[in-house]
Amino acid sequence: MADVQLVTLTIEGRQVSVPAGTSILEAAKAAGVLIPHYCYHPGLPIAGNCRMCQVEVEKLPKLAPACATAVGEGQVVHVFTERALAARKAVLEFLLLNHPLDCPICDKSGECELQDYTYLEGPAEGRSLDPKRFNPAEDFGGDVLYVTNRCILCTRCVRFMDDVAKEPVLNVSERGDRAVIGRFEGKELTHPWANNVIDLCPVGALLSKDFLNKARVWELDRAPSICPNCSQGCNTILETRDNQVVRMRPRSNLDVNAYYLCNEGRLDYRWMNRADRAEAPLVRRGDRLVAADWDDALKAAALHLNGKRAFVLASPMLSNESLWMLSRLVERTGGAGAFRVRRGPEAPLAGVKDLALRAERAANVRAAEMFGFTKSDTPLDGMRDGDVLIIADHELAEADHAALARAGAIIVIGTVLPEAARGALAVMPATNMAEEEGTFTNLRGRVQRYQQAKAPPGMSRPVWWAVADLLAYLGESAGYYLAGEAFAALAAARPEFAGMTYDTLGFRGQLVAGAAAPAETTP
Amino acid sequence: MGYPHASHAKETPVLSRYFGDPGAKTLDGWRQRGGYRALEKALGMPLADIVNEVKESGLRGRGGAGFPTGVKWSFMKPGDGKPHYLCVNADESEPGTFKDREIMRWTPHALIEGAAIGAYAIGAETAYIYIRGEFTEPLRVMTAAVKEAYDAGIIGKNAMGTGKRIDVHVHKGAGAYICGEETALMNSLEGRRGNPRIKPPFPAVAGLFGQPTTINNVETLAAVPHILVNGAAWYKGMSRSSPKSTGTKLFSVCGNVARPGNYEVEMGFPFKEFLFDLCGGPPPGRRFKAIIPGGSSVPIQTLEEAEATPMDYEGFVANGTMLGSGGVICFDDSQCMVKHIARLARFYAHESCAQCTQCREGTAWTTRILERIERGLGTTQDLDTLLELSDQMTGKTICVLSDSCATPIVSGIQKFRAEFEAHIKGKRCPMGATAAA
Amino acid sequence: MGGVRPGGDASHAEPGHDAPYEPVFVGAVREELDALLGRYPTKMAALLPALWIVQRERGWVSDAAMTEVAALLDLTPAYVKGVVTFYTMYHQHPVGKYFVQVCTTSPCGACGAEQVVEAFLKHTGCGELGATSPDGKFTVIEVECLGACGFATPVMINEEFIESVSAGSVPKLLTTLP
Repeated sequence: MADVQLVTLTIEGRQVSVPAGTSILEAAKAAGVLIPHYCYHPGLPIAGNCRMCQVEVEKLPKLAPACATAVGEGQVVHVFTERALAARKAVLEFLLLNHPLDCPICDKSGECELQDYTYLEGPAEGRSLDPKRFNPAEDFGGDVLYVTNRCILCTRCVRFMDDVAKEPVLNVSERGDRAVIGRFEGKELTHPWANNVIDLCPVGALLSKDFLNKARVWELDRAPSICPNCSQGCNTILETRDNQVVRMRPRSNLDVNAYYLCNEGRLDYRWMNRADRAEAPLVRRGDRLVAADWDDALKAAALHLNGKRAFVLASPMLSNESLWMLSRLVERTGGAGAFRVRRGPEAPLAGVKDLALRAERAANVRAAEMFGFTKSDTPLDGMRDGDVLIIADHELAEADHAALARAGAIIVIGTVLPEAARGALAVMPATNMAEEEGTFTNLRGRVQRYQQAKAPPGMSRPVWWAVADLLAYLGESAGYYLAGEAFAALAAARPEFAGMTYDTLGFRGQLVAGAAAPAETTP
Repeated sequence: MGYPHASHAKETPVLSRYFGDPGAKTLDGWRQRGGYRALEKALGMPLADIVNEVKESGLRGRGGAGFPTGVKWSFMKPGDGKPHYLCVNADESEPGTFKDREIMRWTPHALIEGAAIGAYAIGAETAYIYIRGEFTEPLRVMTAAVKEAYDAGIIGKNAMGTGKRIDVHVHKGAGAYICGEETALMNSLEGRRGNPRIKPPFPAVAGLFGQPTTINNVETLAAVPHILVNGAAWYKGMSRSSPKSTGTKLFSVCGNVARPGNYEVEMGFPFKEFLFDLCGGPPPGRRFKAIIPGGSSVPIQTLEEAEATPMDYEGFVANGTMLGSGGVICFDDSQCMVKHIARLARFYAHESCAQCTQCREGTAWTTRILERIERGLGTTQDLDTLLELSDQMTGKTICVLSDSCATPIVSGIQKFRAEFEAHIKGKRCPMGATAAA
Repeated sequence: MGGVRPGGDASHAEPGHDAPYEPVFVGAVREELDALLGRYPTKMAALLPALWIVQRERGWVSDAAMTEVAALLDLTPAYVKGVVTFYTMYHQHPVGKYFVQVCTTSPCGACGAEQVVEAFLKHTGCGELGATSPDGKFTVIEVECLGACGFATPVMINEEFIESVSAGSVPKLLTTLP
């Protein structure tokens, strides 16, 4: 970065220095000024077609499109002059000319840039006396619905498919005011990353069928999160309504996922809402499991663990905090741990470096391995006869059932009580990732935070909390009240995490010691 | 000569000298008429000397923008290790303009020779002649002439035996006015939609296939051999008014006029004399009402304005319009200006590439308003709306198609406001050109 | 404005949708395309020429033909369709044996082009713009400036460019067609 040449300019009276070649639009962002725009997106090639970002640059005779005009030394840019405002107001009037103004039934309403900029700078009324143009909506296939009448032809979707997905299946068809976004008859929009066109669409033209008519977006609660559905660790926003996750959208992180999220990841959120959850601690009374207090369950578990080896079957979907706490339990009892990870076809996003739906469909494989858990398709192979088996929210496959009989005792810490583990001596209800705060380590070693998006059911607690209390019963000085405290303890104990705190992680994360330098996702 | 009419004595036929002469179409015929001497001379000249000669001549782009040709060529840097390209803009589509068509129909080798010199001068080994798809006859003639030139070794890998490579290819357009815009033409040639590109980068830096490219109009290139043979001073001498406008210019004349056709005159020729003497004035019994002198994209002139104009770049600007492509459209007093302006707006709405918001929506919207006025359903506010929309369609888009749509609207309302108001007040077209709704 | 309507009963159109698609680019036609490819540094640049060949061979550019062209030039069918729909001269539907294009832009409009259009519609039996006549012989459309304004009204019938057509000359012109 040392040899980057800086250019200093003034935007709305604020002086700002940016690397040469930066657009006025990006420089304005750096100066804290938002220049309205539609076709511009930092992840896509410049189109310069919407003409919304026109600003006044001193000494230039014409208004300049801020997205397509590079900064110049000593430039003085005015965003809100009468002339610039009039030009943008006119663009809005043109864009609204044939727009159906059907905001009350549009899913985009509330997060629509056409609404936002019209509210800020648009005309109060339209002057057209003529009927509006009408085109029927079209199912693009996959999860994408194209509501033609709302389209402003910014071509973000076309450019995404052309230049980022590298599969040009969308086009601009026809020309003039007859132009629409088109695709080829019979070719569905099923590219594994195609749903990003929905997020990229600045208006209500491209909608998710999954989210269709599900909620008004202002009713949603939002939490920054990490997609747990593969080891890439894409940054997301989890959105809930009435304590149900209803949508997962990408959150930009140039070190991980740029601006994108794959279809499989974003649509695989329903498990976070499953209703058959373990809600109360259970302890065994004869042949029955009965509801109990946390202390009863912890005591029962501690009693069985005393002097025994623990074999921990740990889900690779658990947080760093939980996996580390489980590894301490393994260490204390001289036991072992293992896990299985679900696999699927890898699906790279061609135009972004090192971004893919990864073959390993779990969030925290790297941390599980780092903390000594063995990755295996038959994870119970390492369990010795008589070990206390702790099932930490790990799925049980048909093949695992026979091995369960070899366990001296079974303790379940999980979101659900698996049918095959009904012989457990104690069951402790756990939160899923949407219900807790924590961190994951992605396949490149990036440690990233996620926040709680919804309330956990019943008495469930994060796994790290339950295990820390269990360790306390076993005589360790443990016991943390906040995820951040658990993480701080982890960082103090493990050299890979040395120096990290939730504050230093922020929302772009940090690499564990020894991880390779980050791959730039930006082209 | 004023094909299809005999040449008028006041014309200066340089480019049009062999219009209507079938003998000029063939290679042998062209050679007999002095053809390819300029190319032979050029291939023996240092590149910079060719560029300087053209610069010195004062030749300016005949496609509409009037940019000095030699200066444009000097932006290219031969020997920079990159492939260079010359594009020949034969997408002549500006309403009122049909001069390049005649050059290609009658003197195809004049264009090949000019293109070969141009390509050589800018360090390009390949020239593409992009001809609009509707020009079936020029396409046939040019294709045959290019084959002749290849067969005779005039062009190809050893042009005229000099060891220098100059390929010339004819490329057929497919129906899109906007491809006459230089960056749209390049996109079209690359096999894309004919969308104009944002500038910068300019074609001389990154043009066709991302390489340094120069694009010249047919008439411009056809003039180059004459300049090389006769010298810059000779060319510069053909200038009757402004010294910044030199040489001869082909004007296409159409609409309500006694003798439509192409006329070649020296720059600065008096427009009044041109209209009434060369072109024979309006049809019998009629009066000229309006003249669009440079293709449909330039401001409309009243007859009084036209009569005061010397026909060169500066003269037209001084009289409120532009030389443009030299397509002179005449409307006589039987014509409804509202109807014609609406029809021109419809042309631009049809041809808008759909990229820029103001153009895509504005060309269609202004068309609807104008057609509504013509049908007698206009309101008094419509004229203000049209002027405001036109203002927002001007100078704000990637290319000037949007501006071109606004131009006849603004100048039409300025100069023929009474006609618009008569439509609105009378609730019908007073000329009866269109039935009232 | 312009545009050809689907559904015309065009006798020389491709066989029905059920019939297997016969590729255009085989034998000499394929060689013609290969020769064209040598003119450009990219395959994509041969797209417009390739589409012209399709239209010459088949009379129009079908979706199946777009798919064939796309495969030959390493493009996607969607991309090719985006290009085809940009240019007005490629027919996306079958058209009549004689495809009649009448310029009606202002300069020709001032010289009676509207009456020429009316005359064609009447004497070909097409009735309306863009529709193909019942006998499949004619499709008449209005087009924007054909670039021969001094020869109003210019008319294109297939590849033939006819100058100075008037409403009165239309019937005789139609009788001269092969």
